[in-house]
Amino acid sequence: MATVETSAPVAATAIKPWVGALWRRLRPVALALIVPLLLLAFWQVATTHHWTLLIPTPYQVGEYMVDFAVGGIYDDAYSSTLVTHLLASMSRVYGGFALAALFALPLGILIGRVPAARQILDPFFQLMRPIPVTAWLPLSMILFGLGAKSAFALVCLGAFYPILLNTIFGVRSVDPKLFEAASMLGCRGNAQFYKVVLPAATPSIFTGLRLGLGLAWFVIVVGEMTGVPQGLGAVIMDARTLSRTDLVICGMIVIGVAGYISDRIVVAIGNRLLRWSPTHNG
Amino acid sequence: MAELPIIEIKNVSKVFKLQDQTINALSGANLTIAKGEFICLIGASGCGKSTLLRIMAGFEQPSSGEALMWGKPIEGPEPSRGMVFQDYALFPWLSVRDNIGFGPAARSLSRGEVKDTVDKFVELVGLQKFANAYPHQLSGGMKQRVAIARVLANDAELVLMDEPFGALDAMTRERLQDELLDIWQRTGLTVVFVTHSIEEAIFLAGRTVVMTPGPGRIESDNPVTLPRPRDVASPEFNDIRRVLGAKLHSHHAKKAA
Repeated sequence: MATVETSAPVAATAIKPWVGALWRRLRPVALALIVPLLLLAFWQVATTHHWTLLIPTPYQVGEYMVDFAVGGIYDDAYSSTLVTHLLASMSRVYGGFALAALFALPLGILIGRVPAARQILDPFFQLMRPIPVTAWLPLSMILFGLGAKSAFALVCLGAFYPILLNTIFGVRSVDPKLFEAASMLGCRGNAQFYKVVLPAATPSIFTGLRLGLGLAWFVIVVGEMTGVPQGLGAVIMDARTLSRTDLVICGMIVIGVAGYISDRIVVAIGNRLLRWSPTHNG
Repeated sequence: MAELPIIEIKNVSKVFKLQDQTINALSGANLTIAKGEFICLIGASGCGKSTLLRIMAGFEQPSSGEALMWGKPIEGPEPSRGMVFQDYALFPWLSVRDNIGFGPAARSLSRGEVKDTVDKFVELVGLQKFANAYPHQLSGGMKQRVAIARVLANDAELVLMDEPFGALDAMTRERLQDELLDIWQRTGLTVVFVTHSIEEAIFLAGRTVVMTPGPGRIESDNPVTLPRPRDVASPEFNDIRRVLGAKLHSHHAKKAA
């Protein structure tokens, strides 16, 4: 009896092992696509049943996306300009992000390690932090003028706080035992900063950088409301004025995809650098 | 003239201030340790055994009295006095090799010297297969082997161990006890080992220092002369266990009287 019962599932799994292997690889992709596809289906139904007349159908947007990317369909002012706008936005996102990191990392380390710096600077930054990037737009245009400089400043501001706060958290939350361990092994004073504080803080700092880069993409539209001629944010704002909803949606999709790819690259780098950290394998 | 002892604790007291409370963690402790001894400090929590160990390590300064190593005051942590913590305190971002090599590298030995030292101590604790693993990939027993190797690789003369095997399962604990005794006998180290297990203390120590709480103080100093390897099930072992057990609880009797 027992042999009959156990042999059945063995035979079943032995039929096509590669099917199982293939499914294991495709499963995450399939699961991740469920919600976007449902949204697409809802969009299709909503537009073809005329629940709204102001939003174009997915097909129209798809067609426009092709024209936006390579041209040849409508041949208007926006045809085949996607790469130009994407590169303009990317330069602001990465430029603003790099600038934010340049300020936020040393400041975060200073605030985290030096009590006097913490007492002077921490209340100030806590006060400034709730002010949205949008609110800074008018001042930024007065201070930095119309154009690219303002855009950099706003994106930089958007990326600044997550990097700052996570850096402070990282350098402050080092296990005190590790300082004792380092000092009894002969590593004392300033050497502990490089040998203990910095490596122990890298997971937090990395999380801050990842959030900061995500927010840099998040604020790009506001950043490009400063009167720059090129950039995905500028395209979306112009398209809004022209009631070109198809173009607005194209801009949104490109920002979403570009931000996603950029985040995946950062995560891949992080997983390599932080192999030692049990919490950074995602 | 008698040889200078490696450690001398002379009338050491330690008072901690917590908000408006003062806690007498350690009161009038005297202890002399000769080179090559294996000492166990044993007692219930609050008896000051960890405080005494941390004073020997240089992590704490005595409130009064003197803590000396080779006749000189202990002023701070030093590689000659290595600490093994209960929760390992390994550097999670360094591999097993680099954790063991941390001290030698901090002493700015050449790369070749660091490598040779690391190789030697990785082998001593039997972690060749895990040399490139990170701490989070190791079991508790393996982590503690790394922590021991890390201290030995740094030429520690005195190894201070704060309930090092307390978090391990019984089987692993017994293995590590055997390995530790083996290393101690081969290297001539001096070991001060804090534990709350009477059995562990009698199994390991040449001298068992019993400490009692409220305020923390040294109750008695008991040589253990059983030949090694010791059999925890032998009647002689159990006789000592009974005597030490009575001493450990003596402060209860005094309180009642």
